[in-house]
Amino acid sequence: MMAPENAGAVQPNTAALREFRLEIEEFNVEYARVLDEFDLVRWAEDFFTEDAFYRVTGRENFEAGLPVGLIYCEGKPMLKDRAFAVLETTTFAPRYLLHMNSNARVTQVGADEAIHAQSNYMVLETLVEDKTRIFQAGRYLDTFVRQDGRLLLKKRDCVYDSLIIPNSMIFPV
Amino acid sequence: MAKKKSPASKGAAPGNGGTGYKWPDEGFTVIPDWVYTSDEIYARELELIFEGPTWNFVGLEAEIPNPGDFRRTHAGARPVVMVRDADGAVRVVENRCAHRGAELCRPLSGSVKEFMCPYHQWTYDLAGNLIGVPFRRGLDGEGGMTDDFRNEEHGLRKLQVTTRNGVVFASYSDAVEPLEDYLGAEMIETFDQTFDGREIRILGYYRNTIPSNWKSYHENLKDPYHATLLHAYLVTFGLFRAGQRSAMIVDEVGRHGVIASARGDEPEIKAETRELKAFREDMVLQDGRIMDLVDEFEGPWTVTMQTIWPNFIVQRELNTLGTRRIVPKGPHAFDLHWTMFGYAADDDEMTRHRLRQGNLMGPSGFLGAEDGEALQFVQDGLRHSLPSQAFIGLGGTEEGTSTSPISESALRSMYRYYSEVMGLR
Repeated sequence: MMAPENAGAVQPNTAALREFRLEIEEFNVEYARVLDEFDLVRWAEDFFTEDAFYRVTGRENFEAGLPVGLIYCEGKPMLKDRAFAVLETTTFAPRYLLHMNSNARVTQVGADEAIHAQSNYMVLETLVEDKTRIFQAGRYLDTFVRQDGRLLLKKRDCVYDSLIIPNSMIFPV
Repeated sequence: MAKKKSPASKGAAPGNGGTGYKWPDEGFTVIPDWVYTSDEIYARELELIFEGPTWNFVGLEAEIPNPGDFRRTHAGARPVVMVRDADGAVRVVENRCAHRGAELCRPLSGSVKEFMCPYHQWTYDLAGNLIGVPFRRGLDGEGGMTDDFRNEEHGLRKLQVTTRNGVVFASYSDAVEPLEDYLGAEMIETFDQTFDGREIRILGYYRNTIPSNWKSYHENLKDPYHATLLHAYLVTFGLFRAGQRSAMIVDEVGRHGVIASARGDEPEIKAETRELKAFREDMVLQDGRIMDLVDEFEGPWTVTMQTIWPNFIVQRELNTLGTRRIVPKGPHAFDLHWTMFGYAADDDEMTRHRLRQGNLMGPSGFLGAEDGEALQFVQDGLRHSLPSQAFIGLGGTEEGTSTSPISESALRSMYRYYSEVMGLR
């Protein structure tokens, strides 16, 4: 990934980058909380632009330029369909999930004021009568835009290192 | 449920393959727990099934288009490398140096001129022949291999390889029958609808570990009954629904199968279906494109899920296509390696359609995720409870192809075949 000083049509100053980073960190904290609470209705509604692209894919695919996604959503309606399916119709074992994220950094600010950023994430999963395990470790590769004063994801590519998924990935990350 | 016979009656009874296990007298309407839980049975499965006279799926030729291209994969439980030789032929060799046994190919994929073991730099050509041993003649007249050392006696283990329309199979057995005979005409017909010779484009990979016995994955795809009950996406959107035209096709031997259905055939949704938990009249898609069907295949079916013994599934669910490779990991788990693909001639919109529809399948698919969960429930149940047996009596004792989804005939066929191969009768 490109370092901010080398990239982009716009070169915000250090203080502006710090502001962006704080804003993204706050965004991600809220995003993690909503997923921890399995509130997929809000996940689909509150964090993405109408035309957002959301994908979860293995690092192997990402680095080889292979387009497949475990979850592959073009636009908010598909995110909402995913939320409905998981919450209302999917059969799965009960579990707790904890979402951690850190190391947010802005990689580029485009001329259109789109903010390209990435951060690391980890999901811990606990099944009934089983030990807590690292379910997935990966990176968010994001494009944020500002709408009505709020940052929203225009793109979130969740690229996981943990190539072998422990059984099923029921919830988005 | 009837109390099962204890496998404690060990002692090599004739006809039981020396395992001491014998199929229950009730026949194939029951499945004893020990086929899913016994380490001894698992070891016999590796020997007699995965490393016996069967064809294991190892990959697609499209993954290794050029000479030197390789991919780590598995034949049954064993790590192998699939590689394109200099002459264009596909080779499959064991991923184990002939010297000290090190896995000599560690990356998932790549391209090489030769394979060199990272430990002592023994070198092999793309067909697995040993071509170089450092210090073979020793140093300053001391050490080195003796004069009778022959490279040709120390190559990599080479598997039998066969291909059909870009799909690569390997076998540990010299006695395995030709692939066409192994599959049979009926299975080839379905196989060739998906692999019709069109050039394949790889779209990507998923991998997951399902904490269940490997046979349960075959069973799941030979069990149309579950499809009408477990999966809201199938039932609600008419991909697989009781009353729809469907078939559970079984080959003559009982080991391969195709679960097939045709969408949009049924005159009305049956009252029985409307009462099911999985039927959700209130489920309206915000984006209906996931259910679009581009008519691109021969034959009457919109969905065919083909199980090819012992480790291969060909997925054709509307327009989302994939192969799945089972890698057994002991009696209680298996890995599933999914390769999603389209065709080289697909335009961008067709590729995106396949990718959107891919949300149905895989470890996070609307169907795939539920299967993994259900199979874990099964293994947890029969592993930890008092030893017993499953009861598969839907459709009586009939075996083979069934046009009713409310039948377990394909499971009975599979276990008749299995018990013969395993010497359990």
